[in-house]
Amino acid sequence: MKILVCISHVPDTTSKINFTDGDTKFDTNGVQFVINPNDEFGLTRAMWFKEKQGATVHVVNVGGPETEPTLRKALAIGADEAIRVNTPATDGFSVAKQLANIVKEGGYDLIIGGRESIDYNGGMVPGMLAKLTGANFVNTCIGLEIEGDKATAIREIDGGKETLKTSLPLVIGGQKGLVEESDLRIPNMRGIMQARSKPLNVKEPIDVNSETNTLAFEKPDPKGAVKLVDSVDELINLLHNEAKVI
Amino acid sequence: MILVYTESEEGKIKKIALEAVAYAKGIADQMGTSVTAVSINANDTSELGKYGASKVLQVSNDKLNKFNGEAYADVIGQAAKNEDAKVIVLTSSANSKFLAPTLAVNLEAGFVPNVVALPESTSPFKLKHSVFTNKAFATTEIKTDIKIIGLGKNSYGLKENETSATNEDFSPNLDTHDFDMEIVSVDKATDKVTIADAEIVVSAGRGMKGPENWGMIEDLAKVLGAATACSKPVSDMGWRPHGEHVGQTGKPVASNLYIAIGISGAIQHLAGINASKVKVVINNDPEAPFFKAADYGIVGDAFEIVPKLTEKLKEFKAQNN
Repeated sequence: MKILVCISHVPDTTSKINFTDGDTKFDTNGVQFVINPNDEFGLTRAMWFKEKQGATVHVVNVGGPETEPTLRKALAIGADEAIRVNTPATDGFSVAKQLANIVKEGGYDLIIGGRESIDYNGGMVPGMLAKLTGANFVNTCIGLEIEGDKATAIREIDGGKETLKTSLPLVIGGQKGLVEESDLRIPNMRGIMQARSKPLNVKEPIDVNSETNTLAFEKPDPKGAVKLVDSVDELINLLHNEAKVI
Repeated sequence: MILVYTESEEGKIKKIALEAVAYAKGIADQMGTSVTAVSINANDTSELGKYGASKVLQVSNDKLNKFNGEAYADVIGQAAKNEDAKVIVLTSSANSKFLAPTLAVNLEAGFVPNVVALPESTSPFKLKHSVFTNKAFATTEIKTDIKIIGLGKNSYGLKENETSATNEDFSPNLDTHDFDMEIVSVDKATDKVTIADAEIVVSAGRGMKGPENWGMIEDLAKVLGAATACSKPVSDMGWRPHGEHVGQTGKPVASNLYIAIGISGAIQHLAGINASKVKVVINNDPEAPFFKAADYGIVGDAFEIVPKLTEKLKEFKAQNN
């Protein structure tokens, strides 16, 4: 089985979000970048398929050279090969098109993406990729087993979960639950050393159009001070008469 | 024409779908056009007119009894073509988020999710939406002929706009589907309010000291008709199921009222619940960062305050109902 894990290069979850160039660009100054958490759960599940079922695992990112340390980290965790499509990620559709090209060339059976990236929260790349490549698709995937070309996936739905049977090729939008937080791997020295000699192939992008264009960013209005109350009676009164939420 | 997909569950139109209709009506007014709703296997669509739909396309097909992202996207796409819709409004439900990218590819339409307001302008078509998990907003232009909007929950409100709606049966062509995806089981608590649908969410963290103490959280949620949620450490330790984890890597919450009990307020947690309208914090540590993000707070022992709050709310509800 050939697995492709799509990796977004995103600001660490603790990052302070600021913008620059007249609020048109994300300010990367002082920001630590990481593998998108939803993708990391998927990558870790891919490692399980590699170790238990002999799968080959490639990772891919669409982005500039600044994303390579994130791909190297994925190699240090255990991926066999990395691909970087050398173009800035402009919108979900154009990224999905670039990835579809990689999927077609590489003949992957299982493509693992994240439910969404924690920066732009688009949540559309895996679904678009599935449609563009004619693969089955399971979103918000919290469990996945593969046997031959058959897959059993657990999907989180509003208020519960459901179990689905489908077949490869399959694209999933994964999240926590695919593996547990405690299963995530911190690369060890051996992994880091090996990662240096693993292939990281830079591919030139295909010609694609974007469908959306982000023009500006803004931060939410600063919040007013908290009203501290001493009694639950006062709280109920405020929630009823002032906030009008009960 | 604005098309809105009005999602239903077990035949009943969901509340977020009504909000989507109201929002679609808002755009229709901006553009000088009307709203058509498409519903799949809903029993009663009479409410849709109240929020601004002029026409309701009713799809009844046994093949669509269970959700199938590809088939549902195809139905909505066929409805859009049939009605020559230029704008399609979806919600932020799990199913809408599942089918939106498929629909976008089918119609070569640009898609913007987590939209929080009516378009800033409709030519060019500019939308404000939340990014960086509610830590910021972006304004994005959709450049394609057909536009798909994923409306953020609770960001527009259930604005009524009484319109006389006509009903039409709509029979999509599903012959090309192989339905190579089968739901074999569903595990869903039917007696509980879900975080996705809840107007009030009661959430608790490590301050509860152990899973055995969640009875008082559930009692409080029950009296408020609220969903229960928890912080990340609580779900990581297995005190509560993953489905209850709210925050940046868990579920987003956009309720009217969010009550946080014994949650310190890590930046990742705050990001996930930021879209909630009113936040109440109960914590014994006056330095807990959550107080800075809250509207109302009580500094004190949750084990004393929560049961008292539940009792007083029962009295309040008895008087006000």
